[in-house]
This record gives sequence, C-alpha cells and structure tokens, in this order.
Amino acid sequence: MSTVFIAFQRTDEVRAIVEAIMQDNPAAQIDEQPGMVKVNADGRLVVKRATVEEKLGRDFDLQEMHVHLITLSGNIDEDDDQFVLAWKH
Amino acid sequence: MQIDLRTVSITPLRQTFDHVAKRLGGDKPASRYQEGTLDVQAKTNYHYRPTWDPAHKIFDETRTAIKMKDWYAFKDPRQFYYGSWTQARARLQETAEGDIEFVESRGLASNLSAAVRKLALELYVPLRHVEWGANMNNASICAYGFGTAITAPAQFQGMDRLGSAQYLSRLGLLLGGPDDLAAAKNAWLNAPAWQELRRYVEDTFVLSDWFELYVAQNLALDGLMFPLLFKRVDDHLTSQAGPTVSMLTRFQADWFVDASKWVDATIKTAAAESAENKAQLEAWTRAWTARAAKALQPVVAMALGDAAAGAMEEAMTQFKARCAKAGLSV
Repeated sequence: MSTVFIAFQRTDEVRAIVEAIMQDNPAAQIDEQPGMVKVNADGRLVVKRATVEEKLGRDFDLQEMHVHLITLSGNIDEDDDQFVLAWKH
Repeated sequence: MQIDLRTVSITPLRQTFDHVAKRLGGDKPASRYQEGTLDVQAKTNYHYRPTWDPAHKIFDETRTAIKMKDWYAFKDPRQFYYGSWTQARARLQETAEGDIEFVESRGLASNLSAAVRKLALELYVPLRHVEWGANMNNASICAYGFGTAITAPAQFQGMDRLGSAQYLSRLGLLLGGPDDLAAAKNAWLNAPAWQELRRYVEDTFVLSDWFELYVAQNLALDGLMFPLLFKRVDDHLTSQAGPTVSMLTRFQADWFVDASKWVDATIKTAAAESAENKAQLEAWTRAWTARAAKALQPVVAMALGDAAAGAMEEAMTQFKARCAKAGLSV
C-alpha cells in the first residue's frame, strides 16, 4: 500500500489537530521536523471535525486547517465533517 | 564560493513545566490552557489564617460540602484561559454589535408595535439586575472556591454576566430611554411579578457553600431562565413582531449555549466523583430548581399569559433531561 501524508506548521492549534488525527488513525506515524510536523499513514488518513473540536474545545471548520497546511499527498475526499486522504486510483 | 544549507534541529530541553508534566504523565507539549490552569493556585507556605475567617485557610477545600480527591479533575471543555476567553468573547461581541448596529441603522426599533416594545422593556431591562447578581455570585465562587480549574472559569463567567447586563441596558436605551432603565429598577424593587426572583437572587448572595451557589446560580436559575426568557419568550416576540428584539438579545442566547458546556462538564465531574457528591448535588438542584421555577413563573406569565404554564413545564422537562445527561436524577 502507498503512503499518504499531511504536513503542518507547528503551532498551538496544530497540536490539537495532530492529536485528533492520531486518535482517529492509530496506525499513523508522526514525523516531527523543526517547525513542521508531518503525519504519515498507510493508504488512508482521516481528519474528523468532531474529534478536532473536542481537542480544541471550540467549533472548528475543516477549512481552517488550510491556514496551517504545508503540503500533503493523496487524493482528497472532503466534506463538512471529515477530510480523507487516500490513493483512490 | 559555495554555501551549504544545513538543517539543524534544536529540540527543547523540556516541553513544559514539571508540575504540568506530572499531570500529563510525562514531558509532553502542553496546551496554553493546561499550563495556565493546572496547579496554578498556591497551596503551601501559608503561615497565617485569614483574620476574617480563622476556621479556614485562605484557599480551603472544606468551604463546600462537595469533596474531590483532586480539584483539578474539573475541565473546561472550552479550554478557556485568559487569552482564549477574551478571543472567544470578542467574536461573540462582534456578532452582537453587528446585530445591534443593524437594528439601529435600519431604524427597526421605531417600527416595533407599542405593545411589543413595552413588553420587551418590562421583561428584559429588569433582568440586568439578575445578571449583575450572577456576576457577584460567580465572583464569590471564584473567591471561595478551590483550584484554578474551577475558579478561573467562574471569574470568566462572572465577567460574561456583567457584559450581558450591559447589553440589556443597551436594549433598554435603544427601545426606550434612560427613564425606562429607572422604571425597570423600580419594577425590580417594587413590582410583585419580580419579587420572588429578587428574593432568589438576594438569598443566593448569602450562601456560604460556594458549590451550592454554583448549583443555585449557574445550573438551576440559568438553566431555566435562559431557555424560557431568551428562547421561548423570544420565539413568542419574534412571531408577533419579527426578529428585532431577538437581534438585541443575541448575545445572551449564544452565550448560554457556550456556558452550558462548562456547567454540564463541571456538574458531571463532581457527580461522578462519589455517591455522596451526587446525592448532595441532587438535593441542592431539586431545592433550587423548585425555587427558580416559582420565581420565574410570574415573569414568564407577563409575556406568555395563559401559555406560561405549558412553557414552564416544557422548560422543566428539558432541564431534567439536561441534568440526567450530567448524571443527576432530579
């Protein structure tokens, strides 16, 4: 299976987002870089709005994630509730 | 000349403070909320007891009947520390100001029928005294409570209520004038419909158990008052005269949803701690809810007339469902 990944700038808010990703994708691996945090996963990675909201303690629009986003790889399937990275083809 | 770029990774020697790391179970990066909350209140090296209350220490766990093994078990799901609280409130205020500005600029207030305007003034303006009472009570919870995890959000809650009182004054000045504020104060002091509620507020001022005060104010009174006056009565006014008044009380309606998250979490944590806590909380909730319902009944009747009894019953059912979710059967 191919790897998908998503990389963020390391900010206070991103810590909650990454925590949420790790909870929803237990098999994912974190790669901490200076100023950047990258999450790798085999085949599929999901960011769920409800989990991020719980970690962040406030309402969250998945679009807010893009403020912190550096890069990603995988085909995106996004709606209001979740953001899924996977190789569909 | 050749320049080599090289990445140097500098890892911090420690991720957070030792006392925070101890609670997180290891040296992990902590959020601002955690660093600004956990074990912040001083506990040791108090040599002297306060002269005004020699039976207790300055910060004392025994000022309430509620017992907790760890007072930092309380969590604010909104994760408010001073910074995040001011940001959240600034957002709320921006929306509220926008709505008030809209009502002003379109002259919506002057289009209200005399009956609706009178009702809105008589109903919402005296409430600023209730809001001020809630400010005092939450400040008292902060002063006598134990542990930053509950005292800090209580202080935020108190300041929110002061803001709410100010918005009610704005409503009064927008729909009426300074005379209406004076009339509302007079009604609060003398009109029969308000006396039971005034008694409730004044009785809570002298409660010495701060957790009982928390239940009486933040759970029982607010839990009935906001759904009834800022939702049920608000719907009634909107159906009669459009959303003008609703726009002026937007702050309260939005704020209550936000504050309830914290109140629910606090009650849930305290009730889950022990059977004694649960029984104590249930007894307090039952007693204060009955009084709150009695106090609000004449006020709701002012707005809804015959429909008031049904509205009270409905609010009570919802309130009981909310308590059940937090682990209290009342």
